[in-house]
Amino acid sequence: MTGNMPTRARASPAASRVLRALRTVVVYALLLLIALSTALPLVWMVCTSLHPPHAQLPTMRTLFAPDGWHWDNYSYVFTFAELPIWRFAVNSVLVTAGVVLLQLTLCSLAAYGFARLQFRGRDALFVVFLLTMMVPAQVLIVPLFALVRHLGWLDTYGGLIVPYPYLSTAFGTFLLRQFFVGIPTSLDDAARLDGCSDLRIFWHVILPAAKPALATLAAFAFIWTWTDFYWPMLATSSTTMRTLEVGLSVFKDAYHGTRWPLQMAAAVIVLAPVLLFFLVMQRFFVKGVVLSGLKG
Amino acid sequence: MAAVSLEGVTKLYRARRGDILALQDFTLDIADAEFVVLVGPSGCGKSTTLRIIAGLEKPTAGTVRIGDCVVNTVAPKDRDVAMVFQNYALYPHMTVYKNMAFGLKMRKVPRAEIERKVMAAAGMLGIEHLLDRKPAALSGGERQRVAVGRAIVRNPRAFLFDEPLSNLDAKLRVQMRAELKRLHRQLHTTSVYVTHDQEEAMTLGDRIVVMKDGLIQQCDTPLTVYAQPANRFVAGFVGMPPMNFMDARIEADGGEVTAVVEGHRLPCTAPTAQRLAQHASQTVVVGARPESLLVQPADATRTRSGDETLLAEVQVVEPLGERQDVYLRTAAGTRLIARVPPTAHISPGDNVTVAFDPDRLHLFEADATGQRII
Repeated sequence: MTGNMPTRARASPAASRVLRALRTVVVYALLLLIALSTALPLVWMVCTSLHPPHAQLPTMRTLFAPDGWHWDNYSYVFTFAELPIWRFAVNSVLVTAGVVLLQLTLCSLAAYGFARLQFRGRDALFVVFLLTMMVPAQVLIVPLFALVRHLGWLDTYGGLIVPYPYLSTAFGTFLLRQFFVGIPTSLDDAARLDGCSDLRIFWHVILPAAKPALATLAAFAFIWTWTDFYWPMLATSSTTMRTLEVGLSVFKDAYHGTRWPLQMAAAVIVLAPVLLFFLVMQRFFVKGVVLSGLKG
Repeated sequence: MAAVSLEGVTKLYRARRGDILALQDFTLDIADAEFVVLVGPSGCGKSTTLRIIAGLEKPTAGTVRIGDCVVNTVAPKDRDVAMVFQNYALYPHMTVYKNMAFGLKMRKVPRAEIERKVMAAAGMLGIEHLLDRKPAALSGGERQRVAVGRAIVRNPRAFLFDEPLSNLDAKLRVQMRAELKRLHRQLHTTSVYVTHDQEEAMTLGDRIVVMKDGLIQQCDTPLTVYAQPANRFVAGFVGMPPMNFMDARIEADGGEVTAVVEGHRLPCTAPTAQRLAQHASQTVVVGARPESLLVQPADATRTRSGDETLLAEVQVVEPLGERQDVYLRTAAGTRLIARVPPTAHISPGDNVTVAFDPDRLHLFEADATGQRII
């Protein structure tokens, strides 16, 4: 046994170098494959959006070689009279901003209660609250729709914004609570001695200390709301109240789904803000995954 | 500034796995401008006491007074006390200036006065150059100064210190200790200080309160606690290295009463012998501080038969510069620690004799209470 050791010791550095190199190649090949499969639909969308307006659906062969690059597809979409895309964009911005603000306010207050206030049944209530994450949004949509209709809020900004938190407050509360629990309670004690009430501690101590977590939740809420199709589709009926996502579908219907380059140009316009936002806020999404202990 | 008093304070924490009695019938009067240190092992209730004074915990029973007022139902912010925390508890998003000014701002003190007070406190602590920095950009010592500054700036009726130096390194701790003492002399504010470090307690306190399991074991000046510990726990807790304990049997032989340890008669002064007489034929515990043991190489002193020394083997020698701590094991297996001069030539494995200074021996009951006899 001991006699073999020197031979193995001599052979192993070279062998392990080869193994390491092989592993690196395999890992990078896999990563490249995943990256390509993720990027391909986006590349396809952008390239198709520049094909001639009446062109057929491109194949992989024709995708990168159209009959000229038609940037005017974008100006066409922007100026399409029956579909006020600027109005859709304004609606999307207003709704998203409203939901993000509402979400941050509700989730941070609830999270503060669950993280810091002492009351009987607190932990049990928190578990029940978390269990609402398991109820699919589709189950809640019908009662929410009935409620909004009852309030006369259909086709209004109120109807578009207010019901959203029902669908995702549990996640946000969970995310922020996890962060709040990590803030030392001695800060609360110090603030209490400095003259703060519970609400002032929340405002002056907890919220400023939790900026990274708030930014993370804001990022998630932005993406969810901006890209949501289902609720704006149900809650609005007039063209002027549509958001970009719904507007995209209206645009598709206007052409019976045949003029792909124009549709893809519209899709790029809708998706661009989200992509930009994701690139800028990427680290907050990663932080969110770490904070909430969730993957994917 | 004000006197602080706790009368029959009890604190019971209710928990699913059984209630925890953190404080039992705790009574303590702290005079105006006095510096009292609460000391004891983890879980002895010292921090709970401090938090009860601050109003961060409510006592289950008993009365807390600050000045002439009973403050049991008074909110922390209205008690006019300031607390310095172990982890500094500085607001991370605020600059040093804002941290120090926050308490005054919450009390709606005019801006000019806030600035005057913050600058005065910063000057007192030598942290004027740090006022624009955030806590993350400060060292541990600087953070602790800011935390103290935040307390000073409010000119409270009492300071409460919750292990404020335990996060600092040894050198800085000694430095800050002296600084706190200087500040107390300067400000004359009533101070209650919690620590588990008996050396800190001895050096800082006008009085120290030794606690265990939510009960006061002894409350007295540091030197009295050291020289006349009330029981075995206090004797073992205060002093480093700790006091040596040995079981002894009190034997009365005619008119002479002596304590016998491992077959050796300990020297006793006449008053001691008189007190021991009532414990004749009983077992007691003898306590001797490491500095009261006289250690000699065995072959040099064991000339007289029946002398009052113990034979022991040296196991470890810790040279500490101005002294050496010697860890010994007697023939019967008792472990002792002796403090000897740095010039003593003692090495591990040596046989030595251990003699006791009769004037510095302590005797305790052998039962669970371990009360002091002499």
